[in-house]
Amino acid sequence: MSLNLYGTSITSRLLLGTALYPSPAIMLESLKVSGAQIATVSLRRESGTERAGQAFWSLIRDSGIRVLPNTAGCKTAREAVTTAQMARELFDTPWVKLEVIGEDDSLQPDVFGLVEAARILCADGFQVFPYTTEDLVVAEKLLSVGCEVLMPWGAPIGSGRGLNNVYGLRSLRAHFPKVPLIVDAGIGLPSHAAQAMELGFDAILLNTAIAKAGDPVAMAGAFAAAIGAGRTAYQAEPIEARDMAAPSTPVAGIPFWNAQDA
Amino acid sequence: MRVTVNGQPHETAASTLAELLSELKYDGTLVATALNGEFAPKGQRLDTRVSEHDQIEVIAPMKGG
Repeated sequence: MSLNLYGTSITSRLLLGTALYPSPAIMLESLKVSGAQIATVSLRRESGTERAGQAFWSLIRDSGIRVLPNTAGCKTAREAVTTAQMARELFDTPWVKLEVIGEDDSLQPDVFGLVEAARILCADGFQVFPYTTEDLVVAEKLLSVGCEVLMPWGAPIGSGRGLNNVYGLRSLRAHFPKVPLIVDAGIGLPSHAAQAMELGFDAILLNTAIAKAGDPVAMAGAFAAAIGAGRTAYQAEPIEARDMAAPSTPVAGIPFWNAQDA
Repeated sequence: MRVTVNGQPHETAASTLAELLSELKYDGTLVATALNGEFAPKGQRLDTRVSEHDQIEVIAPMKGG
């Protein structure tokens, strides 16, 4: 079944970043093998005579993939709003992955600036994908200002630690059963992504785990398979874990069993 | 007149943002602009005045996560 993001239906549950690949060719092949239908992009000062941004944009545009521009590096709501406005014009999309970074070591979202920027952008017609924490109250506030998708972190960006707070993420999923929730950041292994999908998250956004792998294209395939498996497992309703053993082989008719032994 | 473009000092004779971008050879390239921290839409560059000490950002698409 497809995932609906602001009225756009997608079938792939992997959203992939476009940074850190060994080469543009490997980036394109990784995107293809991953099956991703949405790629994150960014904006930076166009430097000197190289015009590197123009070449990058040609590659992405020609690939036909839908883009989700980010506001990476912004540290205030004002910076993020201006960056989002520039992104909307450059990429011709109302979508924005809203990042307001509050702390350099963890790249943790400044959730106060995030809610403020989201409020301004939603009122201005943007369709905001906020990069947030698993905090329930922040999530509620983001939804109340107009966000229809939430993107909680798994762990700090680029850390590859997986899901730092499984309890918190599980609570978030339970509190907002109808809201598309995309785990964004901190995923290192396909098993991390599968775990998030098994918890019922709707999709995974990652970049470093594929781009910095020894073989990014092969890793893109591994993530696609893991995310698919995790989604199917969630839909198949996993069993509850229990503390004590429960025999799977039928007990009735067991050989060498005598009634007097019972 | 002296302005700052992408964090670098720049001496210009341009009076509008459109003229400044031409002077910097951005014609034909896909860029977005901000003036003193506020978004300056493409359609208004001809009418956007540039003044002494203005801070201008010229931004292009880039890879990102």
